[in-house]
Amino acid sequence: MVEITLPKNSRVTEGKTWPHNPGAKREREFRIYRWNPDDSENPRVDTYFVDLDDCGPMVLDALIWIKSKIDPTLTFRRSCREGVCGSCSMNIDGTNTLACTRGMNEIKGDVRIYPLPHMPVIKDLVPDLTTFYAQYASIEPWLKTETPEPQKEWKQSKEDREKLDGLYECILCACCTTSCPSYWWNGDRYMGPAALLQAQRWIVDSRDEKTGERLDFLEDPFRLYRCHTIMNCSKACPKGLNPAKAIAEIKKKMVERQV
Amino acid sequence: MADLKPSPASLRPLSPHLQIYKPMLTMMMSIVHRITGAALYFGTLLLAWWLLAAASGPTAYGKFQWAMESLVGQLVLFGYTWALIHHMLGGIRHLIWDTGRGFGPVEREWLALANLIGSIGLTLLLWIVGLLVTGGAS
Repeated sequence: MVEITLPKNSRVTEGKTWPHNPGAKREREFRIYRWNPDDSENPRVDTYFVDLDDCGPMVLDALIWIKSKIDPTLTFRRSCREGVCGSCSMNIDGTNTLACTRGMNEIKGDVRIYPLPHMPVIKDLVPDLTTFYAQYASIEPWLKTETPEPQKEWKQSKEDREKLDGLYECILCACCTTSCPSYWWNGDRYMGPAALLQAQRWIVDSRDEKTGERLDFLEDPFRLYRCHTIMNCSKACPKGLNPAKAIAEIKKKMVERQV
Repeated sequence: MADLKPSPASLRPLSPHLQIYKPMLTMMMSIVHRITGAALYFGTLLLAWWLLAAASGPTAYGKFQWAMESLVGQLVLFGYTWALIHHMLGGIRHLIWDTGRGFGPVEREWLALANLIGSIGLTLLLWIVGLLVTGGAS
């Protein structure tokens, strides 16, 4: 169901303003969502000042700078720092993206950072992605076949392989799924853009022999058809993929197999 | 040693969503499509009233006419016209999407804008033509 406001324990309050950096010539203001599971307080937004002459150009650089220079309790996920692992996904400047590939110079004004939207928060910028991963697992993201396994590998023509382009590159960062208002309101029953893009990746795979079963699983008013083509997903994807289009292709397949 | 038990899931706050997400054209158009769709239910009631009044005779029709000629009535009618056209054009947009087209970064913005400008333009056009034809009196 649509929720306009946040539950009582989730309302964000004004937090601490950390001191400026003495001697810093160029500073950037960061407003960052904080929540500590070890006290019983509501989430808050802390203000930090980052010395741009002492810090790399990306938002992730600034987060790491804050963590090592100002406040070691600031908690976030990160790993590869080059847009490959999908760990540092968060809401930056109002849209979901990866902190490591978003340059500070792409943002006007203060840099506002929140966890991925409408998710249970474990701590600060770390959301609980359990349901998200369970939904991915539910589409059974592996090759399913009936014919006896070939002597060597399952072969695929160049053209058939190209059909996977724009789908296989997904890094499961959850930027798309958590940008989707339909997922916000019905995340328990709607699969969300990421899981559906992955479903399409296996549906169009020429080697997969369970296309019918895969479509049967998705033919449901919630799992697939909660997508109303809002397109926040395609706009958010930091890898430039198009989940909205992938979902449309699944919907098309549903019709095609009936006629 | 500090207690390392994870906090129970039920105590975890929900991260902000609508409150912080940047409003974007396609997202706003989806919301407006839903709102205009809901408004059409009330518009259909108006339509039913019109037909019932016409079938019931001059007194009933006079009442309908009086209500619709009032300033509020005209505003409601204008809003209904726009909601109808906007939702219809939105429906055409959905039809295009159903063919797998209109998802590119340029097309999706263009389609949304065309939907909005089209609905406002067509509504104004329809009203101007209507007022010219009836000479302002309905």
